[in-house]
Amino acid sequence: MYSASDLKKGLKIQIDGQPWQITEFEFCKPGKGTALYRCRLRNMINGSGMEKTYRPTDRIEKPDLEEREMYYSYNDGHHYVFSDVETYEEMSVDPEVLGKQAYFLLENSLCKFLLFNGEPIEITLPTFIEKEIVETEPGARGDTATNVMKPAKIDNGYEIQVPLFINIGDIVKIDTRTGDYAERISKA
Amino acid sequence: MDIRTVARRRGNLERRAALFAAIRHFFDAHGFLEVETNVRIPAPVPEEFIESIPASGEFLRASPEIAMKIMVAAGYERIYQIGRCFRAGEHGGRHREEFTMLEYYAAGMNYRELADFTTGFIREAAERIFGRPELTFRGEKIDLGVPPEILTVADAYRRYCGVSMEEASRKDIFDELMVTRIEPKLGCEHLTILTDYPAERASLARLKPDDHSVAERWELYIGGLELANAYGELLDPVEQRERFRLATRVRQAAGMLDYPNPDDFFLALEQGMPFCSGAALGLDRLAMVFADAADIGDVRAE
Repeated sequence: MYSASDLKKGLKIQIDGQPWQITEFEFCKPGKGTALYRCRLRNMINGSGMEKTYRPTDRIEKPDLEEREMYYSYNDGHHYVFSDVETYEEMSVDPEVLGKQAYFLLENSLCKFLLFNGEPIEITLPTFIEKEIVETEPGARGDTATNVMKPAKIDNGYEIQVPLFINIGDIVKIDTRTGDYAERISKA
Repeated sequence: MDIRTVARRRGNLERRAALFAAIRHFFDAHGFLEVETNVRIPAPVPEEFIESIPASGEFLRASPEIAMKIMVAAGYERIYQIGRCFRAGEHGGRHREEFTMLEYYAAGMNYRELADFTTGFIREAAERIFGRPELTFRGEKIDLGVPPEILTVADAYRRYCGVSMEEASRKDIFDELMVTRIEPKLGCEHLTILTDYPAERASLARLKPDDHSVAERWELYIGGLELANAYGELLDPVEQRERFRLATRVRQAAGMLDYPNPDDFFLALEQGMPFCSGAALGLDRLAMVFADAADIGDVRAE
């Protein structure tokens, strides 16, 4: 358990069985009154926010959070299966947890897992991956200076906006945090 | 202490020094004697929400009030002190465990007159430093040339919270509402004196002679920041002993530090203290206002 005086920006706490992170923190105390610890909180599972004020005598639960490094292995048709870097223990992950990031999983990608009560709530992929463009309108030669973009697809069907000069067969770098095109690695 | 941080603060620290000089000038010109009492004291005032820091068998003062009231009883009619005070566990954007207090007492002055005196020296300090009775704090212009807003605590709860002061106390949400709903509204555009606190929050203040449900106590606000706390000083030794006894009981139940009784203070009260008022003002916070600083650390050499 944490006591109220442990609270600070960035700390992760548990409220009603959910993990929350303190995004803003303020120590308040009327000169002759009680100390109050005002927190702005972000739910670590669904991203929702709330405000909460604690008193000095309050006790706050610690969430059971664990960070692990896992390699991505394969998709069994329903789940994405990862294996622990050290123990090789396998873990199946629901597609919902990964969301759009599922498109950017490569075999043997090293991913950082944040587990809450043993369940993954946040999976961080390598920041950049390289993928081949399999579908796009023909490239406009020489037009490398403008910011005009066009749609393109990678092998697993993920649609991405790329500059006009990109052609089918080009290898591009994608930022997995945003899902956006970063740069061209090589030409077809 | 970080060398680059403290180098960056030069402008604020110069402003702070100018403020201190202006305040000393005002108090000296009004016949106040600057005094220094001990920082390490044997017996702090038992306060329900203030914890002292132990220091080799004694305590670092949370306030110089007891020593200064003894001086008032000893015949020092107008005194002020600028010095460090210490409060355990208080740290944040507006708090430090170690901070600088301006504490002053005036015999023969009632608590409302002391409010006028206080707003007077803040106005004069602004005139000396900025050339006009005006401050800009957190994007708001604060006019010191007009009289301060005088708002009773009861009116503040009614106006900003829609509940009575008594109900807020009964439901134990007095401080929450004060911090979240009332304080942000105080001291905008002009100074606010929030006055007449409930009797159970009187501490060392006397109750109003015509209404024993409230105490002769005010706090000063500028830009939502609590700056000063003042009392029409309680002179009755029997009532003061009783309040300390009750506060000590609350402290014991909460597992707070044990303090000895301040017998020298009771003795002074028994010998007869003149009618007086006193105030304590956080000088780091006033320096924040004068330097338009966001964080208390910005105006401290730390």
